[in-house]
Amino acid sequence: MSELKVKPLKPRGGGAEGAGAGVATEPAEPDTSNPDELHAEHQERQQHQRDSIEQLDRETLVRILYQMLLIRRFEEKAAEAYTLGKIGGFCHLYIGQEAVAVGSIAALRPDDYVMTSYRDHGHALARGTPPDEVMAELFGRAGGCSAGKGGSMHLFDRDNNFLGGHAIVGGQIPLATGVAFAEKYKGTERVSVVYFGEAAVNQGVFHESLNMAQLWQLPCIYICENNQYGMGTALKRAMSMSDVSQKACSYGMATEFVDGMDVLAVYEATKRAADRARAESQPTLLEVRTYRFMGHSMSDPGNYRTRAEIEKFQERDPVKVFAESLKQKQVLDDAALKEIEDRVRAEVEQSVKFADASPEPAPEELYTHIYANPIKQ
Amino acid sequence: MAVITIREALNQALREEMGRDEHVFLMGEEVGAYQGAYKVSKGLLDEFGEKRVIDSPITELGFAGLGVGAAMAGLRPVIEFMTFNFSILATDQIINSAAKMLYMSGGQFKIPIVFRGPNGSAYQVSSQHSQALESWYAHFPGLKVVMPSTPADAKGLLKSAIRDDDPVIFLEQERMYGNKGEVPDDPDFTVPLGVADVKREGTDATIVARSLTVPLALKAADELAKQGVSVEVIDPRTIRPLDIETIVNSVKKTNRVVIAEESHAFCGVGAEISAQLMERAFDYLDAPVKRVSGADAPMPYAKNLEKLALPDVERIVAAVREVAYL
Repeated sequence: MSELKVKPLKPRGGGAEGAGAGVATEPAEPDTSNPDELHAEHQERQQHQRDSIEQLDRETLVRILYQMLLIRRFEEKAAEAYTLGKIGGFCHLYIGQEAVAVGSIAALRPDDYVMTSYRDHGHALARGTPPDEVMAELFGRAGGCSAGKGGSMHLFDRDNNFLGGHAIVGGQIPLATGVAFAEKYKGTERVSVVYFGEAAVNQGVFHESLNMAQLWQLPCIYICENNQYGMGTALKRAMSMSDVSQKACSYGMATEFVDGMDVLAVYEATKRAADRARAESQPTLLEVRTYRFMGHSMSDPGNYRTRAEIEKFQERDPVKVFAESLKQKQVLDDAALKEIEDRVRAEVEQSVKFADASPEPAPEELYTHIYANPIKQ
Repeated sequence: MAVITIREALNQALREEMGRDEHVFLMGEEVGAYQGAYKVSKGLLDEFGEKRVIDSPITELGFAGLGVGAAMAGLRPVIEFMTFNFSILATDQIINSAAKMLYMSGGQFKIPIVFRGPNGSAYQVSSQHSQALESWYAHFPGLKVVMPSTPADAKGLLKSAIRDDDPVIFLEQERMYGNKGEVPDDPDFTVPLGVADVKREGTDATIVARSLTVPLALKAADELAKQGVSVEVIDPRTIRPLDIETIVNSVKKTNRVVIAEESHAFCGVGAEISAQLMERAFDYLDAPVKRVSGADAPMPYAKNLEKLALPDVERIVAAVREVAYL
């Protein structure tokens, strides 16, 4: 019998305190070990995208790029507004992960349901919530998509079947399972999609939900956005068996590992899962490997990962990779790309104007929406 | 009017509401094939089938959350906890999701759900199975908390709770499932949420009792009547929102109050009622409000100790005599 070898944990990144860059200075282990492998991975991703582009119409492709750019610029503006004090509380940005929400939501029907965690700006925008209403919500204004009462972590939009951002890690997973239960109960073909970070996989309720979903064959798609850090704790420091996609095997559930830096790979995997949900009423777990370029929230000191690591993932920037693929396949030229960029910038600027102009909620709103059927006392 | 048990009354309420609205379903541990751990759901599986009477795995947080999600998508779930002690595992979904969804969505998502099951002590089931948790749930705006004490109230209030568009915590009592009483035959009989009931009129002192302590308070009132003390017994029936008006009106008449409760006293519903009486009826009180509560200790197993831990008729009688300066 061979001796079990336990690799000692590396000490946390030293010398980070006072480091202006806000990242650890010690080099981290890369997840792809050498430049050749990195290069090969990049080539493979681009080749996949070029092949996939041929399967989709121009309108869909342009919308996907537009939505990713909208989220990117919106989040950059949100970061700016946060530092200006216009946004309070917690503000978790989606920069780097755009391909996950955009690619998956593009594969859904408008009447399908989407639910996510507190890192929810991207999902709301991808679902079609107007940027004006999202920004106004971040500003805590009456014109926000949750009337200024939810804030950054609790965006809701019933008209677009966006069932919210939920801020207890993993809390949205059984909720979305229940939505899928309800649709099966009602006999519709609507699918419920739920997003969560890889850290939520350690919560008991993830396992409770997957068990029920497979047991009762619910049309639910569980999308784990594995950005490799639960706040400041690296996946390997928090999960004994860190191959998230394999967790589905405990429940006999279909599962896929997906490249989250390739928006079309996410699109295709979600399409397969949605077809399975609709045609067979079967759930799926997708592990989508992604990376957030910003901190966990706006108050993140960032001392748990290195600049080199972040830069390595920035080379895989899903927005840039996809724009490049579209150009190579001559779906877009530079002029068309600039047109989209200009449109996105104008919409984001407008969202700030809208949010600034939107009134604060009236004082009496403090006591509305506590009960749907209030009982006067 | 038929005389039936609380168990039968609850069963009737479930059957009638499931018959009335196909969006209503019942989920919980052993609610189906086993016919309910306390037989409240007896016969429902046969009548409504596996689609609407669903045996869940032992996964309280999971099925509580599933219920809230189903409510977001338009169903009206009734989620049974085998006992409310197990609901402690589900409090994240009850408190963080159900109670707040309407508010934090700016009014977009109501949560019409009932969480029901026995609350409080049973017979020698020791510390982890004997807790009365109404003050936990009553603490949170967004939840409604109901505690029936008679078969008629149990049926009428459960029907109202199922029809209500808000999350309702419906607290039954295992020791009371076999209690009998008259229940109106009208299938549309309901009891409104948020309205207290004067279970007995009196002039000398008020006992505010709920759930398990209501029958005890009525016995205490009988005893005290023999001693020449006329006692009014008020059952709030709904803890949140609390019909404090009815209690205040009684106090204006009797000027003396005893609150009888099975739960621990500390930070309890009795403490809340007492505080509200200070704010609203201070000038009418002729004696300090007196609480008769469960012991400030985990529930012991030993029969003699368990008896000591719970309020009884003698302690309630003594408390009333104390506030009446007798």
